[in-house]
Formats: sequence, structure tokens, C-alpha cells
Amino acid sequence: MTDAFEPVIIGFTCNWCSYRAADLAGTARVKYPPNVRLIRLMCSGRLDPTFVFKALAGGADGVLISGCHPGECHYIEQNYKALRRYLLLRRTLVGMGVEPGRVKLVWASAAEGVKLAEEITKMVAEIKELGPLQWPQWAQGNGHVAKVEAIPEEAAV
Amino acid sequence: MTEEKIGVYICHCGSNIAGTVDVVDVAKWAGEELKDRGVVVSRDYKFMCSSLGQELIEKDIKELGLTRVVVGACSPHLHENTFRTACDRAGLNPYLCELVSIREQVSWVHTDRQAATEKSKAIVSGGVERVVHNQPLEPLHVPIHPATLVVGGGIAGIQSALELADAGFPVYLVEREPSIGGHMAQFDKTFPTLDCSACILTPKMVSVGGHKNINMFTWSEVTQVDGYVGNFTVTIRKRARYINEELCTGCVICQEKCPKKIIDEVYDAGLGYRKAVYTPFPQAVPKYPVLDRENCTYFQKGTCKACEKFCPTGAIDFTQEDEYITVQVGNIILATGFDLFDARRIKQYGYGRLANVFTSLEFERLSNAAGPTNGNIVLRDGVTTPESVGIIHCVGSRDKNYNNYCSVICCMQSLKFAHLVEERTGAQVTNFYIDMRTAFKAYDEFYQRLLEEGTQFIRGKVAEITDAARKPGEEGKLIIQVEDTLIGKQRRIPVDMVILSCGLEPRHDAKEVAKLFGISCSADGWYIEKHPKLDPVATMTEGVFIAGCVQGPKDIPASVSQGAAAAARVLGRIQQGEIALEPVRASIDEAKCSGCRICNNMCPFNAILFHEDRMVSEVNPALCQGCGTCVAACPAGAISGTCFSNEQILSQIEGLLLLNVRRPLVVETVY
Repeated sequence: MTDAFEPVIIGFTCNWCSYRAADLAGTARVKYPPNVRLIRLMCSGRLDPTFVFKALAGGADGVLISGCHPGECHYIEQNYKALRRYLLLRRTLVGMGVEPGRVKLVWASAAEGVKLAEEITKMVAEIKELGPLQWPQWAQGNGHVAKVEAIPEEAAV
Repeated sequence: MTEEKIGVYICHCGSNIAGTVDVVDVAKWAGEELKDRGVVVSRDYKFMCSSLGQELIEKDIKELGLTRVVVGACSPHLHENTFRTACDRAGLNPYLCELVSIREQVSWVHTDRQAATEKSKAIVSGGVERVVHNQPLEPLHVPIHPATLVVGGGIAGIQSALELADAGFPVYLVEREPSIGGHMAQFDKTFPTLDCSACILTPKMVSVGGHKNINMFTWSEVTQVDGYVGNFTVTIRKRARYINEELCTGCVICQEKCPKKIIDEVYDAGLGYRKAVYTPFPQAVPKYPVLDRENCTYFQKGTCKACEKFCPTGAIDFTQEDEYITVQVGNIILATGFDLFDARRIKQYGYGRLANVFTSLEFERLSNAAGPTNGNIVLRDGVTTPESVGIIHCVGSRDKNYNNYCSVICCMQSLKFAHLVEERTGAQVTNFYIDMRTAFKAYDEFYQRLLEEGTQFIRGKVAEITDAARKPGEEGKLIIQVEDTLIGKQRRIPVDMVILSCGLEPRHDAKEVAKLFGISCSADGWYIEKHPKLDPVATMTEGVFIAGCVQGPKDIPASVSQGAAAAARVLGRIQQGEIALEPVRASIDEAKCSGCRICNNMCPFNAILFHEDRMVSEVNPALCQGCGTCVAACPAGAISGTCFSNEQILSQIEGLLLLNVRRPLVVETVY
């Protein structure tokens, strides 16, 4: 089953940097796997953690959050707020049984099309390794509960 | 279920999209599978952005009564405006159109046709779900302040300032050095015409200095930039000159009388001396000197004041302090130029260790009649004329150890040097190049001329410059070790003098300056233009333009063109009087606001006010920039953002995950 597993990753990108990096990757014909689907936000600071829950609950196997490098935010400092939220969110998700590798924060400037493509490629490989998230199924309690409960315990060590 | 009537339009983009994505299938799929979601028509077309493609959309809006439009094509950064305008023409509010990228994000980055087609369907589905929640909006109109800030007084900045000022609008020109002029003021001749650099530059400098619309701040720096396009508030630090500009006549007696001599590292590239109180060069604009506090005997030891004693007008003022001046401007042009590559970094070329290895800028000063040797091309001893000269191209450029890019000007600069050396000393000149790049008007003709003049050209990257003689004839010479790639042999060429044609690098503080003005640098450190071909002088930050080498290495004609182009862009804005901005703004629903004030500190623009009387917060739309951080932070969900509302994004997620067609297991929208 894992051989055929093609994860779905929802990516949140910043209008000023990483969305343009994705554009640049396209213009430069850099290749990366088709598993990621991007959403454009004005700023990584716009990322409401709800969006991540929504994506994971809706069947995404991973979420990529991408913003401007620290100190380069178009809105002065909002990416730092994204960073803080991300760290808290990751902890919360681990407590809920989501492996920390499923939600990633990547800084990518408008010039870093290649870097963004590399990060996406890496993330797709990592999520393939982790396997499907199957949150909706867990919610219905179809035998995965033990596995879910084990994740926060492992991460806590 | 939505009552909207949505039209979906999938672009082939010739074969750009259709080559990888089965666009016909995507359009068919959207028409069938998303019918329940409000899609009433779904079409594919060869070029949606063509006038025929746009007419297709307009016709459907009118005939089918579409209330929403989704276009699957290129990046919204390219054609969002095109399709919004088309909708507007047909009477549909432009913000009810959503452009989703299936080119940059799909066809250009993926190769598997089936996977790319499936992904395109998901992206279109995301767009359909999102567009339902789009609100009809009106663009925001912001008035443009008629004044402009130009940062950098090199040739690009000078050109910008003059264009704007001649058109009748006020300009603040800020220059870090004591005089405007930039690198061009240091040069002797300019290629390929060999006209004297000062002769063509100084009249422009004088025009700037005397222009009634230009307010010049030299020996100054921008320390703070607040506000946005149309109305920036800029703080300029005017460093103390210790000269009363009202009284100074520019007679330079102070400079003559000052007993302190310092090596001039900036203007004379370390070859000449200046005094502690100095004007960098005779034609400097403004004419007032600068007293350099770090080197002044009075400031360092408490006694001297020779300048004060001899100044005929009493213009020396040791009590002066730095001033901070605040100005209002509508637009900003950055023309801060470049730094020369530090040749010391390439140890094997011996610059700084071998006396007669010179940098290109040093040679400019050597050959300049106003330079330290009065234009005599001599060795470091100051007297000996070289009999043979080697010129090394691509020093610090096109080299993955230093900079990958081509510095553009070095080939032509080297040819110019070769000509000047031959003309003035009769020395045999050998150029060492990797590739000759003499594009642009009259450049290659100049190269042909040099070939005819007898300059030697050796194709190969120089491995080493050494003074260790191995063979007769090499004693006392610099030996250039090179592989001549045209004959496939290692060669040792003994010369008296070596000139390193150094590349251009971004200013050492380019990153900090970029942060100050809210723009971004490329990986190399040059400032990023809005579009590399179609918008080379604008940046992603509205109201901030770039011109000259700050955008990338370029020669004088290109810098002047960009200076003028940036000014033209600004003039367009000023003439309009106002600019239409995306109505991306946050707003607070007072009924839901609990007055917790969490959002108040989230805003870096202080756009959120708190009403103590009603215990609610309110967003000032004039200050809000629409980042949406407060929207994400509000625990009560009282803040919403136009263009990027929770409903829009949550629905887009559903669409991207195809929950709209698969029918979800769980998922309750929180808001």
C-alpha cells in the first residue's frame, strides 16, 4: 500500500515571497512532485491554525507553511508571529497524535524557487515515509487509536 | 448549496499548459463534477488572456448571467488584472473573479500528465469553492504626495532626480558621501566613445546642485521609513559637516591649511591623500567641504583649529551636531549602486601583496588627469612607466568561488584600459579573458578597433600572478600563469603591471537597506525587480522603485535609462494624483469584539485603535495593510479580512481536497 501512497499536502504561501518563489520555480521549469496544492495568503501571519486543522481533518497528509525569512517580512514582523503560532501548533498537533513532520514551516524568499521546490520534494518523501494521516478514520475509531495515542508519548521523551 | 452561477475557464496557454495538463478533461470535469457547486459553464480555450478569450468570458457573463468567474491559467501575479478587467467590462465586480495557477504551479513544474491533470482539477475546485465567498469590492484610492525621495547620488539617482525636478515636482536626494557623482565621478574615460567621464557628468551634478526643485542631502543617510505608497514619512540623518553652509563659499582654504593627511580610500581608491577637512574632488557638488571627525586633530587631541583660524568667512563650526530631518514623500527611488569586488579575496592574484597589481578602480584614478598621478600611468613607485601590462577579466565574476553572475561592464572596461595604456605609454597590453562579451551599441566595434590596435588577447582563466621568476626575462616582473585554451598550452607571461578588472557586488549593507525600505534581495544580493523583463524598475513594494546597479550590474547608459524609467513611473503616479490599491483590509465586527485587545499589539502599523468607552477595537483602513495577522489572532472571530477571509480560505481547502465532490466524513466549519 505504501508504494502506491501519494500524499496530499496543502501549502500556505505568502503573497510576497513563497508564492512568488513557486512562480519562479515554474518560470525556471524546476520540477517537484505534484502532491502539494498551494493556497495564497497575504502573509504567513495570516495563517490561522484552524486552517491547518481543517486541512488535516479534511484528508491532507501534511501541511506546508511558508513565509518570508525572519527580518524580511513584507509587513515588518508578522512572520515572527507565524513562527510563534507554528511552534505552539506543532506541540498541540503532537498531543493530538499528529507526527511533528507533517506540519512544516519553511522560509522561502521570492528568489528561492529552487529552495522551495527542494523543500517540497523533501517533504513529500518524508510524508510518504510516515504514511497516510487518516485523521477522519481515526475519529471514527476504526482500529488506529492505539497508534495515535502512542505518538505524543514518543514525542514527549 | 450555493445559488451562484459560476463560469470556469481553463487556458491551454498554447502548449504551455496543454502540453502537460489535459485541459479539455479539466474543463469537462469541472462542468460535470462541480455542477452541484454552482458551475454553470466550463470551457477551455487556447489563450484565455487573448482578446477573444476575454470576450468569451464577457459574453458568458452577459448571456448566462454569471455571478462568479474562475480562470485556470497562469499566476495571478501575471494576469489577475487582465481577467478582473474583463469581468468589470461585462458588468461583474472584478473581485468576483478568481485566477488559479495551473501553469507555474502545475504544467511547468510537473511532468506526469495524469498527476498534473488531477492536480489541476483540485486547484480549479479550490478556486470554485473560494470564489463563492468572494465579496464585491471597490479598490482603495490613496492620494500621492508629489515629492519623491531619491536615495543615492550616482548617475542613476542624478538622472531620476533631474527628470522629476525638471517636470516640476520636488525631490529629496540623499547621498552618503560628501558629494554626489558616485562611481562615475571617479572614472577617467567612458567606453566605447572615450569621452571624459567628468565632462559629461559634472554638468548634470551642477544642475542637481542648483535646481530649485531638488533638496540635496549629502553626507546623509536614511534612517527610518514609515508609511506607504503615496505617503511615506522618511527620516534622514544629516551628519554634522562642522561647516556652516550659509557662510561657506567653497574656497577650500581650510583644506589647504589642514595639517592632517589621510589616505583617501573612497574617492582616490587608496592611491591619493586627502585632508581631515576636504571636498573629495574639485567639481564636488555641493561645494562645501566635510570635516571628518575621526581624523580631525582638534576632535581627537583637543587642539589645532587651523581651519577655523584661516577660514575667511568663519564658516567652521565645531559645535555642529547630527540633524534628523523628517520629510513626506509619495514615492521612493533607490539608486544606491554597487561595491567593487574586493580583489584581496583572490589570494593567488596577489593584490595587496604584489605592489604592481592594481584594481580597476585604482587604474581609473591613475589614468584620471585629476587623479593622484595627474593622469600618468605609472607603477606603484610613482615614476616608472610600465612597458608591458596584463589585464585580467572576470575577477570575482563568473566564478563559483565568488560570484556566479557576469558583471557586464568588465570586458568593455578592460578594453578601455588597454586602449588608454597603449595610447599613453605605448606599453604592450595583453588581455586575459574567459569570453569576450561586447554586446550593445558600438561596443563590438570598439573591440574590433582594439584588435587592430595590436592589443594581445589570450583566452584562459588566469591561475596565478607571481613575482617568483623561473626563466630568464622574468626577473623583476610579475608573471601571469595561464592556460591558453585556444592553443591548449600553459603559458607564463611576464609583465610590469597587472590590472584586475574587478566585478561589481551589491553594497555591503544592501540587505539592511532593503529591510529599511521593505523590499527584497536576490540570492546574490541585488534588489529584486517586480518583473525581470516587463517591470525592471518597480519592486514588489508599491511606491518603491530601483534604478542602476542596485538592480544588477550594468553600464552607464543602462543606469541612466533606468534612472529615467523609474522617474517616469513615479511621474505617472504623481500626475494621476492617486493610486488604486487592492482593497485587502481587515475590519472588526463590533458586535463580536470582546475588547480583549489581543489584536492591538499584533499590528505593526498601529492600525488598530481601542475605544475605551465602548471597549471595542477598530481597524483604521487607511493604515491597515491587509496582512491578516489580526484576523488569525482574534479569539472571538470578530475580525475578518477582505480578499482572504476565513470563509474563502477554509472553502478553498475543502475544494483543494476535493471534499466538495467526495462528500466529507467529518469537517465542520468553525466560523
